[in-house]
Amino acid sequence: MTVAADFRAKTQTQEKEKVVARVATANRFNWGGFRTAISAIVIAIWCLLPFYWMVVTAFRDVGFTFDNTLWPTHVTLDNFSTAFSTELGNHLGQALLNSLFIGFVVTIIALLIGTTAAYALARLDFKGKALIAGVILAASMFPGVALITPLFQLFTNIGWMGTYPALIIPSISFALPLAVYTLTSFFREMPWDLEEAARIDGCTRVQAFRRVILPLAAPAVFTTAILAFISSWNEYLISSQLSSDATQPVTVAIANFAGSQPHQEPYTAVMAAGTIVTIPIIILVLIFQRRIVAGLTAGGVKG
Amino acid sequence: MSAATDLAAPPRPAPSGGKRRGGLNEKHGLWAFYLIVPTIVILAIVIGYPVVSAVIMSFQKDSGLDPATGLFVAGGFAGVSNYTHWLLQQCTAADGTVAACPPGNLGSQFWNAFGITFFFTVTTVVLETIIGTWMAIIMNRAFRGRGLIRAAILIPWAIPTAVTAKLWFFILSFGGILNAALGTSILWTSDEWASKFAIIIADTWKTTPFMALLILAGLQLVPEEVHEAGKMDGASTIQRFFFITVPLIKPALMVAILFRVLDALRMYDLPAILTGGGGGEGNATTTLSILVVDQIRQGFNSASALSTITFIIIFLVAFLFVRFLGTNVVETQQAQQKGVLK
Repeated sequence: MTVAADFRAKTQTQEKEKVVARVATANRFNWGGFRTAISAIVIAIWCLLPFYWMVVTAFRDVGFTFDNTLWPTHVTLDNFSTAFSTELGNHLGQALLNSLFIGFVVTIIALLIGTTAAYALARLDFKGKALIAGVILAASMFPGVALITPLFQLFTNIGWMGTYPALIIPSISFALPLAVYTLTSFFREMPWDLEEAARIDGCTRVQAFRRVILPLAAPAVFTTAILAFISSWNEYLISSQLSSDATQPVTVAIANFAGSQPHQEPYTAVMAAGTIVTIPIIILVLIFQRRIVAGLTAGGVKG
Repeated sequence: MSAATDLAAPPRPAPSGGKRRGGLNEKHGLWAFYLIVPTIVILAIVIGYPVVSAVIMSFQKDSGLDPATGLFVAGGFAGVSNYTHWLLQQCTAADGTVAACPPGNLGSQFWNAFGITFFFTVTTVVLETIIGTWMAIIMNRAFRGRGLIRAAILIPWAIPTAVTAKLWFFILSFGGILNAALGTSILWTSDEWASKFAIIIADTWKTTPFMALLILAGLQLVPEEVHEAGKMDGASTIQRFFFITVPLIKPALMVAILFRVLDALRMYDLPAILTGGGGGEGNATTTLSILVVDQIRQGFNSASALSTITFIIIFLVAFLFVRFLGTNVVETQQAQQKGVLK
């Protein structure tokens, strides 16, 4: 065997080895991708299956409540009319309006008051800033149960039990700190040089805030508004104790949903009600997904 | 004159350049005062006032009929009897003598509720941290359909807890899908341990995605190069996870865990709706918050003492967390925010 042939053979073997190695790498990579895909599917099923089950049940005839077939069977819209029916003392329609009203008022108050505080915390240097930020963060983690007893007594004494203010005021206790905290984080990231430019062009600080910063801050304010609204929409503890039939929010209406038989839970109608309550929030969340995730991680507060 | 300027805190160093801020701190302080004072006033009204009145109420006697003796008990200063009622299970009879509470009295349930609250807190937070970390690692990988997973993960978070409770009430019902799928006939919402598991399952489902998102925000700050370097040095996947990923995401992880712990300690909606606090002999899932609400209609002042105790417990846990685990909430979140918004 000549040296040249020997060399050629060697090179070929090396080439072969390289190809084998490359194939092996490719295989290994595929395995990793496969595992990731499987994990992702597991996560999606884990998150979506219970929700899917609620929707399927909402459209299933009440006579087949425990059918337990995974795909939709005995499809009907009856559950939705049962959910909205007031014959059995349920007030889902009214409750939806109540939740919308309470949510809007709470959100507007929290943002009107919270935006200025967030601006100061994000932008200005002053003594006691860390302390104030800490107090507001602590307030957002405050247990609602510590407020309920004195509020229950106070509202009983002044005849506010079951009124809208009795539901709006406690909600501000968590919506306002949430708004300030989330907005502060957003404001820190904004292009503040533009404010500087406006000031140089002769705007006062108030004008710069109103004309330059507020339009820029609109997406942040809007995201915060969604988070504040969702937190108010989801509130249950305080409303369950301080609301009346006329003012109760949807969470309370669903928790107390009554069926035609005293000891029989009207599962399908409750699932229909749950679907109605959840779908608007889910649409909102999916549209503004990216910003909501940013806001959530900024505030770190459960809605 | 201003609360904002009077509060002692180390002044921040003036930013470099100093063309605008140097010497203007007083003005900033005044501005900050005007901007912040509405928030502080509102918080003082909606949180400060109730908390202070709860503390005052907790030292007053509940007037009304004694359920045990049927005699009228006048109000007035109670000393610490409302606290000993809960902590030591002592009840004051109509004639003023102090004795152990009769069984069935809410006072005798305090330590049970305390134990259950901490049991739920530890189990759910541990489960949610482990599963949440796993979810975050998967979501941090690049793959097709990653956007879909991130959307899917927001759905349990978006469903109100009250609806979640009703949804799981149906899934866990006797003839429900879980018993059908497992081929079992477990009384998920009334059996002692099954009802505890029911709460843990539903809470884990609802809150793990939130945990995953917080951890993901931390993971995104870990540069890819660090992992590559670890790989070059021959570290296995597991080694890379424990010696590279975990130390780097620890601040984010601790903040997420702190938030979840504080949230779990005040757990109310889920057990109140899913099991009504019941299960076993009737209080297998009664958390401290449920006990407070049960007590409200039996006496405000005693309920105030219990809510103050609950508040102090939560405050202490938060304090110990920050003090001994060095959780820096504000700094960590600022760092995360930068990573997320990029």
